[in-house]
Formats: sequence, structure tokens, C-alpha cells
Amino acid sequence: MKKRWDQVGWNEVKRIKWKEIGWYLLVIMITIPFIFPLIWIIAAAFKTQAQIVASPPIWIFKPTLNNFKSVFMEQDFARFLWNSSVVAVASTVLSLLLGLPAAYSISRYKQQTLGVFILVARLMPGISFLMPWYILFSKIRMVDTFSALIASHMLVALPLIVWIMINYFDGLPRELEESARVDGCSIQTAFLRILLPISGPGIITATTLSFLFSWNNFMFSLVLSTHRTKTLPIAIYNFVSYAEVSWGNVMAAAVVIITPAIILTMIFQRYVIKGLTVGAVKG
Amino acid sequence: MKEVRLIKAAPAFTEVITLSAKKPFRVNQLIEKNIKWLFPLPTGLFIFLMMIFPVLYTFYVSLTDWDMISGGRISFIGLDNYVNLLKEPRFFNSIKLTLYFTIMAVGIEVVLGVAIALILNRDFRGKNLVKLILLLPMVATPVAIGLAWTLFYEPTIGLGNYALKLLGLPASQWLGSSKMVIPSLALVDIWEWTPMITLIVLAGLASLPQEAFEAALVDGATPLQIIRDVTLPLLRPTILIALVLRCIDALKTFDIIYVMTTGGPGFASETLNIYAYNLSFNYFRFGAASAALVALFTLVLACNLLVLWMRKTYEL
Repeated sequence: MKKRWDQVGWNEVKRIKWKEIGWYLLVIMITIPFIFPLIWIIAAAFKTQAQIVASPPIWIFKPTLNNFKSVFMEQDFARFLWNSSVVAVASTVLSLLLGLPAAYSISRYKQQTLGVFILVARLMPGISFLMPWYILFSKIRMVDTFSALIASHMLVALPLIVWIMINYFDGLPRELEESARVDGCSIQTAFLRILLPISGPGIITATTLSFLFSWNNFMFSLVLSTHRTKTLPIAIYNFVSYAEVSWGNVMAAAVVIITPAIILTMIFQRYVIKGLTVGAVKG
Repeated sequence: MKEVRLIKAAPAFTEVITLSAKKPFRVNQLIEKNIKWLFPLPTGLFIFLMMIFPVLYTFYVSLTDWDMISGGRISFIGLDNYVNLLKEPRFFNSIKLTLYFTIMAVGIEVVLGVAIALILNRDFRGKNLVKLILLLPMVATPVAIGLAWTLFYEPTIGLGNYALKLLGLPASQWLGSSKMVIPSLALVDIWEWTPMITLIVLAGLASLPQEAFEAALVDGATPLQIIRDVTLPLLRPTILIALVLRCIDALKTFDIIYVMTTGGPGFASETLNIYAYNLSFNYFRFGAASAALVALFTLVLACNLLVLWMRKTYEL
């Protein structure tokens, strides 16, 4: 039998409270290992080289901006930032243009074969395309061009977008377009004017993830962008190919790369979760 | 009377419209008729050009002796590259390491990920913040993460050995030791991807039928009994899918391994992916590399088919 609130004894309140506190402590203990390395990276970006390599580690220090200065002044990071943005935005926009109609038709006409190819493209190891691309792009002198780099990133973005959007369109009732068709709309007009405007959540999910994957892409850029089109992940990797690593600069560069991804994730958290788990859970 | 007059006027009016709009009308109709082809066509073409054609080309190159020495002259040598690959200890080493890395990383990720999801599966203040923190390792650029972990693993100045010292354990060489290098790399993967399992399982938990839990509660089951006898069996398909998806990604791991060790020390962390990369872009043995690539995507394709089969069987 349930007690009324004024019959609950002080001892019981205390017990519930301790249980709650213990549970919250457990959650904090779970989260710390995941956030700690990121906090450490950010802290190190504001340290001097001597402070970074100090052992035991220094927890309290006077922050310096020198690492960021040298990253932007000496290393031309502004240009790499620009390159990364161009490639990420272009590959995402082009993939949306190609992928949205494709996803719609796969969803509505149950085009399973194409669907399977898209799934395979999403799950194939990138390295298996990299060598043939390199050979073919070399033959037509397209290595280190934005077009080749954007096309390669699109092979990640496009299947992702199509996959997410098939799932999304599957969940929309057909009656929407059918009533539009009765009113004399063509299928393509119904798609553009009726379906796309209500597909916001799906499109945001697809766009965010596609941008993030291009932003973080290392393997394709490693081979297809050498000098002119160098993106951020390649630029930061080049830091450590020198004999002596300036850890402060590496960490500052890491902060420059990671920050946009983190901000995007904070804004679109719900959509990012949806996108990463789509296909694993129905709906 | 008025209405009748209006209707009579209507045909002439529509005729004018169809006449003036005849051309766009036809184009529209043409598009509509062929929409099944037109909508997926650009994507299909792109997939063919960037995926199917390169894969076919890889098959072709794998049957040739193309490398830096042969230069422009390429000759057809049949299955020699595959035969040589099967004689190559580095190839088997790389397969072994790929499986070792994948099984270790994904195994721990699944256990930890499910456990964390079961703990977090309730409403509480700050749940969104916890979810955000769990998302960050996944969205943070792997190259940057790899470099940061390289610093943690640095034997003299790194946090890794400092932590071991605090715990009273002997220092480790981490990435420098051929015995520790794969577990060290797996730890980074575990840090990055355990949250993925947690988020998938949390989403799965939210969609479970409530009746089963209510029934178990009525029967007086303890929380642990409920987890063991109700939750986990119901979650099995979700966990299986998460496991296979993670396996496919872990088999393909490239960024962190390449950045942290490039396959070293020696070949102690040279997974299949890294081996194929080295063959292609460090030795420029395109023929041999292609054979290794075919082996790699056969492995991944087998996993893909497993996923497709599982989706059908479990209706996911």
C-alpha cells in the first residue's frame, strides 16, 4: 500500500536521496572518461610546450594564445579552414541535389536494387576506391583539384543522405502527394512543393551528418589533396611528420578542427543522434 | 442563370491556357511519365562512375603486374597476384591483426555500451547534456583525436604512464611495443565508439513494449532479473544490428591507426586497410595492392550480406 506523502518518514527520504546521489555519481563517473580527453586537448592548446610535456601534468596554468597565433600566422591555417569548408559544403549540397529525388523514388517505387547498391556504397571500405581513383584521376590530371576531392567526399555523403531520406520518406503518408495529384499537381511539383517542405527534420539530419563526415574525412584527402586543396585533417597530420613535434601547435590545430564539429553537434544534437542510429533501430 | 453562363464560357478559357502552355505542359508530362528513371538517374550514374567502375577496374588491375618498375607496360598475369598474396606472411599478419583489433574493440564496446545504456535508461535532469558528451567522441575529427592520444601514450611525458604510476602499475611502451600497440589502438576506438552502441540501445529501449515490464513488476521480479530475463532478450535484435554495424566500421578503421602508428612498430599494427594503403601508395605495387583490396572488400561484403540477411530475418 502506498503511503501518503506526509506519512513518509525522514529515514525513507534520506534513503531515497542517497540512492539518487549515488546514481548521479555513477553517471558522472561514466561521462568523465568521454569528456576528459577533449578537455585535455583544449587545455593543452593554451599551454606552452614546456607546460605540455611537464610530468607530473600541470593542471593550473596561465593560458597563452601563442599556439593559435603560430597556427594561423606561420601555417596558413586560414586557407586550410577555407578549403575544408568549400569541400564540405559543396559535397553536401551536391549530394542533396542528387540524393533527395533518388531517395524519394526508391522509397515510393520500392527500387530495391538501387537501394542495395546505396547500402553497399555506404558500407564499403573507402580504401577500395582510393587506389583506382588515384590512378584514374592522375590520368586525367585531376589529382589535387577541388572537383576530384568533392566527388570523392560525395561518395560518403550521397549514400548517407539517400539512406537517411529513404527512411524519412517511408514514414510520410502517401495521401499527401495523392491529394496534391488530385488537385492537378504533377509528381515532381508535389515532391518539390509539398513533400520537401515538410521533410525538414530528415534533411537537417542528412545535411549535418554529411557535413561532419566530409569535415572529418582524412583518407580521401590524404591521397587526393596534396597542396592546393589541402584540408584541415591533412594539415594537422603534416605537423607531426616533422622531426620535433610542437605539441602546442598540434593541440591548437586540433581545437580549430574540432570546434566547428562540436558546435554543429550542440545545435543539432537530436538530429545527429537520429542520423547515427538510423537503420539500426526501426523508425 | 449567371452560373450557366459562366460554365459555357469556361471551355474557351481553358483552351487558351493549354495553347499558351503547351510546351512546358508536355515537358512536365514527359518528366512525370519517366520519373521512376529520372529521379534516381543522377545518383545511379554517380554510383556507377565513382564506385562500380573503380571496383571493376581494381579487379582488372589485380590481374596485372602493374607497379612502379613495370612503368607503362602492363601485362596480364592471371591470378599470380592472388597466389603471391597467399604466400605473403604480411598479408596473413594483417588479416589476423584486423580481426584481433575488431573483436577486441567491438567486444568491449558492446558490453560497455549496453551497460551504460541500461544505467541511463530513465528520465533525469541533464540527460541531454550526458547524451551530448557521449556524442562528442564520435563527431570529433579522428585525425585530431589520434594525435591527442599519441601524446597521451608518449612513454615519458604522456598521461597514460602517469596514470599507471598513480595506480602503482609498471609503465608501458603503449604504441612502441608490438604487444601493446593493438590494445592501445583498440582503446581509442572504444573511447570513440562505445557511445554509438549506447545511443542505439537507448533508442531501442525507448521502443520496447511496456507491458512486458509491467508484467514482470507485478510478478515481483527484481531489477536485475528484469534486465536479464526481459530487457536483454527483447533488445537482442537491436544489439545484434549495432554489433554488426560496428564490426563493419571497425574492420575499416584507417584514420587513427594510420595517424598513430602507420602500421608500426614493424608490422605490429598493420591491419588489412593499412597494408593495402602501403602497397598502393608507398610501394606503388598496384597489381598486388588490388589483390589485397579485393580480399578486403570480399570480407566487408560478406559482412554486408550478413546485415542484409539479418534485416530480413529479424525484420528490422
